Amino acid sequence: MRDEREGGHRAKRLAIFLVCGPETPELASAAVAGGADLVELGFPFSDPLAEGPVVRIASEAALARGMRTAACLECLAATRARVDVPLVPMTYASLLEAYGYERFAAAARAAGASSLIVVDLPIDVHPELRRIQLVAPTTPSERIRLAGERTDGWLYLVSVTGTTGARDSLSSRLPELVERARAVTDTPLHAGFGISTPEQAAAAARLADGIVVGSRAVEVAESSGAEGLRAYVASLRRAIDGQTAGTALRE
Amino acid sequence: MTAGLYGSYGGRYVPETLVPALDELEAGWDEAQADPAFGAELEAVGATFAGRPTPLMLAERFAPPRRIYLKREDLLHTGAHKLNNAIGQAVLARRLGKHRIVAETGAGQHGVATATVCARFGLECVVYMGSEDMRRQRPNVERMGLLGAEVRPVEFGTRTLKEATSEAIRDWLTNVETTYYLLGSCVGPHPYPAIVRELQAVIGREAREQILAAKGRLPEVAVACVGGGSNAIGLFAGFLDDAGVRLLGVEAAGAASLGGGRTGVLHGARSSLLADADGQVLDAHSISAGLDYPGVGPEHAFLRDSGRAEYVSATDDEATAAFRRLAETEGIIPALEPAHALARAAELDAQLILVCLSGRGDKDLAEVLGR
Repeated sequence: MRDEREGGHRAKRLAIFLVCGPETPELASAAVAGGADLVELGFPFSDPLAEGPVVRIASEAALARGMRTAACLECLAATRARVDVPLVPMTYASLLEAYGYERFAAAARAAGASSLIVVDLPIDVHPELRRIQLVAPTTPSERIRLAGERTDGWLYLVSVTGTTGARDSLSSRLPELVERARAVTDTPLHAGFGISTPEQAAAAARLADGIVVGSRAVEVAESSGAEGLRAYVASLRRAIDGQTAGTALRE
Repeated sequence: MTAGLYGSYGGRYVPETLVPALDELEAGWDEAQADPAFGAELEAVGATFAGRPTPLMLAERFAPPRRIYLKREDLLHTGAHKLNNAIGQAVLARRLGKHRIVAETGAGQHGVATATVCARFGLECVVYMGSEDMRRQRPNVERMGLLGAEVRPVEFGTRTLKEATSEAIRDWLTNVETTYYLLGSCVGPHPYPAIVRELQAVIGREAREQILAAKGRLPEVAVACVGGGSNAIGLFAGFLDDAGVRLLGVEAAGAASLGGGRTGVLHGARSSLLADADGQVLDAHSISAGLDYPGVGPEHAFLRDSGRAEYVSATDDEATAAFRRLAETEGIIPALEPAHALARAAELDAQLILVCLSGRGDKDLAEVLGR
């Protein structure tokens, strides 16, 4: 399924973020059934600076249920057993400090991760750690170029200045960020932060090579379970595919 | 990355979004440092508005036969050393063209200091404060309101300084292009620990001159309480090169991030933290809201490892006893934070001791009298 997409015209990639928990393998499976090409698995941290309320509260709840690093790695392996899309742990530096940076990366790979995102490691900190780099509207082009050189497969465009979470409209700063990134790197660009509706997904996918949806997916999984998540992801999928085909698809 | 490291501590562990703002801050700070007008303005504001230099006082009755000299930062305007830093950073914010200030506060002293300088310089001020701390430190919440600041309660997690700091950083992350984050202690990403240290170093510089003038020699020990560690690093800065002066930091027993911590990352810096084996930050517990923080400035972690400074702790009860004893023997009601330093100073095997009395205790009356 993945290869077919990459080879064909449905090249816009859809990444879904979920926080690690006992239900995550089933939820990830539902997200993939709905059309997700990649699943980010949040390894919760007690003090996540870049997270808005939804992910922060979900992280607190996950920690309260014992989702520490070892449990998250097990969750990753269990998810790997159920889906065949890339899986990317997303976390904060304090977990890697405690576990060891190289050891963490190796354990994640062994459990089936295809890469890693560490939200509070800027481009030039721990450059030896192969990971997906993030750039923001505030990032100068020269640093975007560096991020493009160092990133692992694709570049995560933080489309807003601010934290994760749904917004009323797609960030007005995404077009400029995409344009600046295209000028300095050939690596695929995935836009995230503040994308929650199919309309926003379609608009972001018109600009970038893929999109990441986090907070709303976490909310939907919480409120409507695996079937609700599958339907929600499918609505995003239709929106961005319709976009690729040049048709305006409405929910 | 080599700038901003204290041994292996410090650095910048922040979302990439903030890196340009930290670069801008660092450049602005370097320029200000090199500009004689900046230093002259700080000196003038310090003398006419803040009340610098603060006195050095011999406390003879507190713990005889020890001769304990108190550096009276409690006499500074707003009642704590926090104002030194707030003035410097407000002047810096103005130089950077930022007119909106956000800050975190625990005990409320940094919030009051920030609200004060924002009123003085005509800057918009938003202070994040844990709802538990708002309950414990009601008078400071009211002060901030009078000074025109907006106090935003932080209602999640521990509802104390740790969460207030995260929330202030999230505000800054969102409004980074228009907003200056006025961090209150020597923590956070580079260059904050260096900025706060330099702005508080006035404590140690003055104290060194004053004790030399008074006694003709340096103290055997310099003692200060350590939460984030800004008054301690300011005091220590004056004596780091004096190998004969012992440097002693006193943490709250329930918030001993240096005495009982492990290496981790919190609020943008690598330092010693109260954290579990997985790197999850633990809750601190102290009667003193200003010490109720699970992290500590990276330079303190470095000074601990190098052996140049020692760090011990005092319990809530020990601090409360020292609080009462200073009131009864010297006519000074100290803040609960420096009461921790006083508790350990009172039992030191030394004759000439310097203690940073970092703030006054009016804010703590309800907490102490309610015990």
